[in-house]
Amino acid sequence: MKKKKEKQKNRGRHVRNGSLAFDVFNYVFLGLMAAVCLLPILNVLAISFSSSAKASAGLVGLVPLDFNLQSYKYALTKPQFLTSFLTSIKRVGLGLLINMTCTILTAYPLSKSSKELKGRNIYAWFMFVTMVFSGGLIPQFMVVKQTNIMNTIWALILPGAVPVFNVIILMNFFKQIPKEIQESAMMDGAGHLRILAQLYLPLSLPSLATITLFTVVGHWNEWFAGMIYMTDPANYPLQTYLQSIIVVRDTALLTTASKETLEMLSTISDRTLKSAQIFIAAAPILAVYPFVQKYFMKGLTVGSVKG
Amino acid sequence: MAGKKMKQEKAGSFRKRFVAGLKRQWVLHLMLLPMVVFLLVYSYYPMAGILIAFERYNPRLGFFRSPWIGLDNFRYVFKMPNTGQILYNTVFISFMKMLFGLVVPIVFAILLDLVKHSGYKRSIQTLIYIPYFLSWIVLSGILIDILSPSTGIVNQLLGFFGIDPIFFLGDEKMFPGVLIVSDVWKGFGYGTVVYLAAITSIDMELYDAAKIDGANRLKQVRYVTLPGIMPIIVLMATLSLGNILNAGFDQILNLYNPTVMKTGDIIDTFVYRIGLQNNQYGIASAMGLFKSVVSFAFISIGYTLAYKFADYRVF
Repeated sequence: MKKKKEKQKNRGRHVRNGSLAFDVFNYVFLGLMAAVCLLPILNVLAISFSSSAKASAGLVGLVPLDFNLQSYKYALTKPQFLTSFLTSIKRVGLGLLINMTCTILTAYPLSKSSKELKGRNIYAWFMFVTMVFSGGLIPQFMVVKQTNIMNTIWALILPGAVPVFNVIILMNFFKQIPKEIQESAMMDGAGHLRILAQLYLPLSLPSLATITLFTVVGHWNEWFAGMIYMTDPANYPLQTYLQSIIVVRDTALLTTASKETLEMLSTISDRTLKSAQIFIAAAPILAVYPFVQKYFMKGLTVGSVKG
Repeated sequence: MAGKKMKQEKAGSFRKRFVAGLKRQWVLHLMLLPMVVFLLVYSYYPMAGILIAFERYNPRLGFFRSPWIGLDNFRYVFKMPNTGQILYNTVFISFMKMLFGLVVPIVFAILLDLVKHSGYKRSIQTLIYIPYFLSWIVLSGILIDILSPSTGIVNQLLGFFGIDPIFFLGDEKMFPGVLIVSDVWKGFGYGTVVYLAAITSIDMELYDAAKIDGANRLKQVRYVTLPGIMPIIVLMATLSLGNILNAGFDQILNLYNPTVMKTGDIIDTFVYRIGLQNNQYGIASAMGLFKSVVSFAFISIGYTLAYKFADYRVF
């Protein structure tokens, strides 16, 4: 273990005898590419803080011009915005709870051999089939309609209650836990539930953290279910609401707005307002990303690339 | 006598163990119950909804009692003048995304591995990974703004070099390119992390040996790094086969418009428009079923190849 760590530390030694010209090129190239990835985001961020005159004249680069918070103020005081924000929070919380419960409860039995669980392979195939074949959009829509969950938060959660891919990741992780641990616990009279709760779960915390993060991001970012299952826009989650105003033009606003709002609108251009809303939608993820990114890096190696 | 008793005891304990085993198993079966119920209702029951493709579907009559019309929906779909174009767009866009989505991260991971300074390496990795976590709503909003022909920063930069404004999202020749580039933009950070992890697990002694044999950096990449990550490359490539008809619904629905329909319309956007916006359920389901069946074939081929060449098993 120690040796391995040392080796990792010495990584990059093989490049030490390379040419300086290449190193310089490589550093600059990678830096530029990273910049290209971020510049569009920074540009739109700068626009969201700029005055409408400067923004609509197309003068804003990476620094806000005539810095102000008008667009954010306007976006955040829209009642629909707040309702959608709350719907999204509720969705993430409830969705996370149900997804994780299903993932853990399914991964544990499936990590056993077919001797320990009769029919294990039947269950595994039953689950796997849904990963490779689906009824398609229209039948799924009809089933949600028939089960009477349209226009409720359940329409955003129940159809995807079992995240099969995550189950497989966690199941493979459980399989690596030595059998002896379970056997000795059973000798002491522990049942499966206790073994799962007190041994397996604590041992797989890094995996669980990663799955949790991906689940949260997934629910936060998802907008399509909100668009097709919510017939009343008042029930839209945030991303769906944003889709309706960023991508689809908000013409209704101009005809129904009061005099005060119209005055306010004249100081905020459509462009700065849209930019502000884009950033409010991305803010929660951008805010936590620096602190949790190591889990995103770890989880990938556990999940997608097992030996 | 003693032997008999022992046998009885053994049988008794066997029975006890069997009953205890059943009891234990019973808990395991119970744990699987939620998964079985949810998948039955929201994955298997919709499979019965495939029937819609063969019916003149009436929501009030349901999947099983709507009037049966055989293959009429399929005939209609495949006689439509733009079906060929839609299929071509789907395969072309998704294939190009697969290709660049595979090559760009590999090149990037190899270059990143050659960076000595671990802080710099980690910063780059963290930064290029960010777009992966933003939704297509957010990214589309950003793209629509920066690509705008009048005020967008991209066209302003082009203007700086004397190039006339290009309407990227309104030009049918440009549109697929925008889709492919922006998809790579969103996804290549993820791929880079995967390949970099694979490169880091290559034994350093192989590099030392190569150096002793006089291999320069390019040759080390060619003869050590690439063969070292080949299993992962094969795995990622084969598993991505199943996406041949997934050209990126989330992205395209938020970026396309009538002027780029010719090169930008794909199966998924077609199914959504015809099915959920125009309520022509039968025709949309027929197209959807076609997609499901072809995808299923490609996913199966992908898994089979992954198993054969990368020794990959799902469970």
